[in-house]
Amino acid sequence: MDAPETLKTTPLNAAHLALGGKMVPFAGYAMPVQYPLGILKEHLWTRQHAGLFDVSHMGPAFLELTSPSGDGDADHRAVAGLIEPLVCGDIRGLKPGQIRYTLLLNQDGGILDDLMIGRPSGPAEQGKLYLVVNAGTKEDDFAAIAGAAGSAARLGRADTSEGPGGALVALQGPEAAAVMAALVPAAGDLGFMTFARAAFDGTDILVARSGYTGEDGYEILAPAAVAEALWLRLLADSRVQAIGLGARDSLRLEAGLPLYGHDADATVSPIEAGLAFAVSKRRLKARDFPGAERVAEEIAHAPKRVRVGLKVTGAPAREGAVIADDAGREIGVVTSGGFAPSLAAPIAMGFVPPAFVASGTALTVLVRGRSQAAEIVAMPFVPHRYFRKPAL
Amino acid sequence: MRFTKDHEWVDLQGDVATIGITAYAADQLGDVVFVELPEAGKTVGAGDALAVVESVKAASDVYAPISGEVAAANPDLSDNPETVNDAPEGGGWFVKIKIKDPAQVEALMDRAAYEAFLATL
Repeated sequence: MDAPETLKTTPLNAAHLALGGKMVPFAGYAMPVQYPLGILKEHLWTRQHAGLFDVSHMGPAFLELTSPSGDGDADHRAVAGLIEPLVCGDIRGLKPGQIRYTLLLNQDGGILDDLMIGRPSGPAEQGKLYLVVNAGTKEDDFAAIAGAAGSAARLGRADTSEGPGGALVALQGPEAAAVMAALVPAAGDLGFMTFARAAFDGTDILVARSGYTGEDGYEILAPAAVAEALWLRLLADSRVQAIGLGARDSLRLEAGLPLYGHDADATVSPIEAGLAFAVSKRRLKARDFPGAERVAEEIAHAPKRVRVGLKVTGAPAREGAVIADDAGREIGVVTSGGFAPSLAAPIAMGFVPPAFVASGTALTVLVRGRSQAAEIVAMPFVPHRYFRKPAL
Repeated sequence: MRFTKDHEWVDLQGDVATIGITAYAADQLGDVVFVELPEAGKTVGAGDALAVVESVKAASDVYAPISGEVAAANPDLSDNPETVNDAPEGGGWFVKIKIKDPAQVEALMDRAAYEAFLATL
């Protein structure tokens, strides 16, 4: 906890303090790791009801063509063409209102960040992309994206680092939709991984049906001026509790979702990270993203290591714990691990060679010098419950 | 009952000291999900690693406040680690240590001194 006086705060800082949030430094921001409810109960509440998270430390931004032609599809293709050289996803193919999870890669196919890219639905907003990048990498990400765009597009940050900025809050859990329906009726029309502009008390906000918990829910970008009002209105619903970063981490771990900087970094490829779904088939065929040769090679043969899920017996195996085979030979390392409140058992993610990835493979993890039983299990550890719009 | 600056409590009855963590420590840790305790018969010196207490978020070491031989480890904590939060200074005890030097216990803070110490944090 060095130099806490230099920490940035989000537009919801006063709200966290009023709730008794335990503030910790995270990616340069003072963020609530938990509230008086505690991580365990906050986690379970989100799985049963609706949890409200401040994720304003992340990096929302818009990439917007400097001179759009007015032809929506052509403008989308143009702006997509500016960012596609940096990522492995199909951005050109996004439909209006659709969001996609994608990866920023380096020339070796290593992951520089994972991010969301969305194509706005409004006809007046074609030629514009909505981006949300990770907190710890946002300065580098934005520099790379602005650099790639050159003078053809302008990168406008929507976080709190520049100007008044905005707040990013997430409402997650099986009751999130019912809560939002009362406050922002338009949110109910959104399918999973779509987003739209909506109105809150007459103010323009952006609502995405997405999240990082494995539950149905929303991520909402709101101007800082209305952030606290939105937060308080959501929290006034008895189905909603404020949830800190501690439970956010245990929720995403149970959902099998990687945390950048831990379960993925600049040495890890999309295939090693188990994120092949984020590699566009079109882009792979064209080999037109950074590190495409490595990705193609790892798909054709096998990567050296693969991200897997482990169910652990005994003490939680945390980041850095050695993974060994049943003969005690070191084969890998835990990259995220802890106690899974929904399962009342320890779980972990880590990297092992492909020979050990089959579900049921018996392994061991080394915790404080002691060998403990662990078993490969399929991820997610807890089934996803994303909203699927009924087919028309 | 005596207390340490590491937020352990020591309750000496005869030559057996029961040791646990204080309500303050349990509250700071948050929900305890796992406790690793030493085997009976293990000899520990004051300041040695005695136990590990794990919350959802992190693992924390608990150091022996006094020297002696572990006479018993709390058998309830393996199935009910949350007892550490529910009754830190009762059912949530960690170990009983057979001590040789009662002066080590006497040298620790009494409750008033510990509470005064907490007030400075």
